[in-house]
Amino acid sequence: MSAATKSERALPWALVTPALGWTLLFFVLPFVAMAVSSLTAHEAGGFTLSNYSQFFANPSYWQAMVNSLQVTAIVTVISVLLAYPFAWILAEQVPERWQRLALMLAVLPFWTSYVVRSYSWLLVLAQNGVVNRALTGSGVFGEPLQLANTRLATVTGFVHFFVMLLTLTIFANLKQLSPSYRKAAADLGAGPVRTFLHVVLPLTLPGIMVGAFLTFVLCIGDYITPQILGGNNELLMPQLVMMQIGRRGDFPLASALSIILMAVVTIAYLACARWLKIERA
Amino acid sequence: MRAFIRVVSGLYALAIYGFIFLPVVVLVLFSLQATSFPIPPFTGPSLRWYEAVLADTRLTSALVNSLLVAVVSSAAAVTLGFLSAWGFARFALPGSGLMRGLITLPLTVSYLIIGMGLLVLFNWAGVPKSLTAAGIGHVVINLPLCFAIVYSQMGDHQINIERAARDLGALEWKVLLLITVPVMAPAIFAGFFLSMTFSWDEFVISFLLTRFDTTLPVEIWNLLRSGLNPKTNAVGSLVFAVSIVLVVLFELMLLRRKPA
Repeated sequence: MSAATKSERALPWALVTPALGWTLLFFVLPFVAMAVSSLTAHEAGGFTLSNYSQFFANPSYWQAMVNSLQVTAIVTVISVLLAYPFAWILAEQVPERWQRLALMLAVLPFWTSYVVRSYSWLLVLAQNGVVNRALTGSGVFGEPLQLANTRLATVTGFVHFFVMLLTLTIFANLKQLSPSYRKAAADLGAGPVRTFLHVVLPLTLPGIMVGAFLTFVLCIGDYITPQILGGNNELLMPQLVMMQIGRRGDFPLASALSIILMAVVTIAYLACARWLKIERA
Repeated sequence: MRAFIRVVSGLYALAIYGFIFLPVVVLVLFSLQATSFPIPPFTGPSLRWYEAVLADTRLTSALVNSLLVAVVSSAAAVTLGFLSAWGFARFALPGSGLMRGLITLPLTVSYLIIGMGLLVLFNWAGVPKSLTAAGIGHVVINLPLCFAIVYSQMGDHQINIERAARDLGALEWKVLLLITVPVMAPAIFAGFFLSMTFSWDEFVISFLLTRFDTTLPVEIWNLLRSGLNPKTNAVGSLVFAVSIVLVVLFELMLLRRKPA
């Protein structure tokens, strides 16, 4: 590189600077602005920690975080438990030539609009919706059940989305597994159940962890699903954040709550970082 | 035992497919009925609500806005992502790992927080809410994705082709345009396509950063205030149809590239 001319040395910087600049200007700087804002008093101005102390002092704010963590944990566990067998069936039981089609079908609604998907669940779960019609029509229940605007509705909407996402990641994981592992286990006398429990499952566990973490991050930060399906009966953190902006224009408090939410995600990441081996090219 | 596993597998897969398709089927089915509530019983096909959607200028202009934001922001994201990926893959830069980490960092932060940050910043800087502001946010979320896709596909065999071109006297910009871009076309296309779908579907950033002129997801959100409404079903079904066409096109293109 010593013989390189000035313009040749400038070239790599000219290539990477626009992307770096964009990230600094529209990602890092906004974050700094948000952090500074979270330390100012709404309307009165001046620096204060009151936005953060409010979160710990106000039980309803605290409750929103508890709700968020509970819903996210439930959604992550149910989604993994539903998606794993499904991905396994697609990868092992469906003939090779149909797998691509089967997988594409399994994630087709994944490509519909996120807002519309939540609304569709509202249709299904409404007071006079399909599920209630089926339940009352078949005589299982006399009265229609309150399904919409509940935590159950939020969880259902989330699980629907994440089952598709996790099926994709777990399927890819299972397909990457070399068949020689299974052959070796069979040669050593293991039946299908033992092979699965002692070979296939442990080998796909890192992939499951990555998928579960992705579910956690996307779920805890989502505003749409709880707002449409859960309603305002029980607030989750993103709803609480949006409420500060929408109803009260309180940017400092909204910023502080966002940063607290982000801190929780970061802590979760650090807690399971040793299981998360996100591959680098 | 084997037959038993097959039967159980088949039933389980059927149940999951049913769960996955239930909301979509209900959405599309009840978009096709003329009554003013999209609820059972189904009363026969009608295109009444599709006509209502196409006659609604708020929805149609939101659709145009969405497409515009998606195309422009994805083009910007893939351009920035590609150039930086090329820079990092071909040249040894000091602090390269750190800078690559910085570019991919937005992937780990939720859209809500990215939108909040931009809202606070723009509010302070006096930048008014607009489609451009939302587009800037969409580049922030899609740039790391485009960068990661293109960067992961830059292999050694491509370096050799570029080297050959340089040895034959091609200037850097010619190498870039005539060699690297065509060779990397699948990755560039994949990045652009994924960005398009994410931008097309993105809600919270657009919700926070636009006001009167807005994107389709935000306009659909506004429709939701009126509760269950067959017009929402119709516009949702149309959005679904557009996405399906895009995905099928994408699949066909991928299949064609693969040697049979």
